[in-house]
Amino acid sequence: MSRAAALEMRNVVKEYPGFPPVRALDDVSVRIDHGELIAVVGPSGSGKSTLLNVMGTLDRPTSGVVSIDGNDTATLSDKQVAGVRARRIGFVFQQFFLLDGMSAIDNVANGLIYQGVGLNERRERSAETLKRVGLGHRLTHPPSHMSGGERQRVAVARALVHEPAFVLADEPTGNLDSKSTGAVMDLIAGLHEEGTTIAVITHDTKIAASLPRQVTVFDGRIESDTALQSSYT
Amino acid sequence: MTPVRQSPTLASRLRPSDVLRVGASGPRARKMRTALSALGVSIGIAAMVGVLGLSESSKSALLDEISALGTNLLTVESGVGIGGGDGSFPEEALAAINRIEAVEIASAIYDVDASVLKNEFVPNGQTRGLGVVAASQSLLDTLNGSIDEGSWLNNATSTYPAVVLGSVAAERLGISTLTQPTYVYIGEQYVEVVGTLEEFPLSADLDRSAIMGQPAAEEFFESDPAPATIFARVENGTIDANRALIPATADPENPEEITVSRPSDALEAQAAADDALTTLFLGLGAVALLVGGIGIANVMVIAVIERRGEIGLRRALGATRAHIRRQFLTEAVILSALGGAVGVALGIGATYLYSSLQGWRVIIPSTAAAGGFLAALFIGAAAGLYPAMRAARLAPTEALRA
Repeated sequence: MSRAAALEMRNVVKEYPGFPPVRALDDVSVRIDHGELIAVVGPSGSGKSTLLNVMGTLDRPTSGVVSIDGNDTATLSDKQVAGVRARRIGFVFQQFFLLDGMSAIDNVANGLIYQGVGLNERRERSAETLKRVGLGHRLTHPPSHMSGGERQRVAVARALVHEPAFVLADEPTGNLDSKSTGAVMDLIAGLHEEGTTIAVITHDTKIAASLPRQVTVFDGRIESDTALQSSYT
Repeated sequence: MTPVRQSPTLASRLRPSDVLRVGASGPRARKMRTALSALGVSIGIAAMVGVLGLSESSKSALLDEISALGTNLLTVESGVGIGGGDGSFPEEALAAINRIEAVEIASAIYDVDASVLKNEFVPNGQTRGLGVVAASQSLLDTLNGSIDEGSWLNNATSTYPAVVLGSVAAERLGISTLTQPTYVYIGEQYVEVVGTLEEFPLSADLDRSAIMGQPAAEEFFESDPAPATIFARVENGTIDANRALIPATADPENPEEITVSRPSDALEAQAAADDALTTLFLGLGAVALLVGGIGIANVMVIAVIERRGEIGLRRALGATRAHIRRQFLTEAVILSALGGAVGVALGIGATYLYSSLQGWRVIIPSTAAAGGFLAALFIGAAAGLYPAMRAARLAPTEALRA
């Protein structure tokens, strides 16, 4: 299969201006293929968040290449990069970021709104996706009436509804108790089996160890990548 | 292959209907705050629409009165002046004025020294503010008056003890119908009521009078044969000329004692005064509207700070800066449109209620209603501009750092 990587970063540097400038990412190269489930792990302050932002095109690198589905984002305008996010990237956040004023189904439908998909199709696809994450019975509930685990599943559905090239999950279990954590991680494993590409950013080494591939970040550099080790040995 | 869908340059896109939906999601989720912030604008708009509606309605009532009265009516009175006259017209004054070519019709009223009572048992002092006057037969036509019931004085009834009652007089004397022969007690005798009148335009004195024929008054009540007041209707366009001509015609000996006035002038002055008041209240409404707009701006600034997370999320979901700007601008306009709609409804309601109570014809100025609503939209857009730009400027990474 000659399909391009879901995400490829080559020699990415991210510096924040100052005296001296802060180098948050230092020559980072990583490749995530379609269908992979990887953990990006590292202590706080390691550059994990910056890596997430650059991977998700929320922030642009100072230098280096970030390409998504084979498309170099450096050459795209802000508007086009927003289009890339709308179509190819799904985000799951630690704080869920669900809107309380609307039902679960409309929250999920927000994942399609910036693609210009019509309302009826948005709702249809959202209902299907909610069923996929096991919330088919709570379509019209507002998130404020849901448990933390259920909320995160709504957020996962929102990240999946537009069938992105990959899902970026930033500490998806950070606000959950151990039972809900297990449920959400099981959901992620299930989605991986169905072929979804997922990167889980976490500081929890136990969660990281449960995933097929671990990329460890430290001081803005990739300290280790289990995929590369296995190919070397 | 679906090459179009795979193209990386497909920018994100928000349908116009979704701009509205996204813009409405904020106000919908925070109903109390929405109501309160729309309230300010609605008060301003209601004040403006109400003031314009009321002034239009009251002005139309005034104009109705002016046109009922006619602008060609002159009132001629005689006062005690420095000329040393006795302050009354010569007896032949009415005939003299009638001879002026441009005078279409003229008539006079005469004082009668008597009071009108319901019957002989009412103590003589209790006149209830009513009086007795004598009039020439042409009075009704001259003043554009009209009969409510019965008939006006004719050649026969104006020479016998008979009266026609003004509207207020009939009411105070407890006379509501003339199906039975009805009498009132004037001076020392009962006098038959042959008719009652509708309200006169701008002649409240006559509304409060029992009116008898001048010949009868002179014969039975020894009234003054000299007129007290003369009304003259002149040809349109000759008003100023006649104003100058009438005094010398009415009283050649003491023309300086004669004053000629035009009752419609008073109404026009009132209309002008109302206009000035309307402008003042309109200004107050505009201030209220401005304060309402500032309220919306305030609420929007707070909303942008509070909803950083939502802004970051939407950027992550693919919203561009322009989409965020549009969302918050739409939200502000929705708040003000809500306020505007409620305000227009309130203003129309107030106009309707007050005009009905005053017995005016209800006039809702559609331009004021439409203009008020547009003003609200404009205020909302202006109020939302700065908060929307702030929201759009927020970097997604910053917005997501909750």
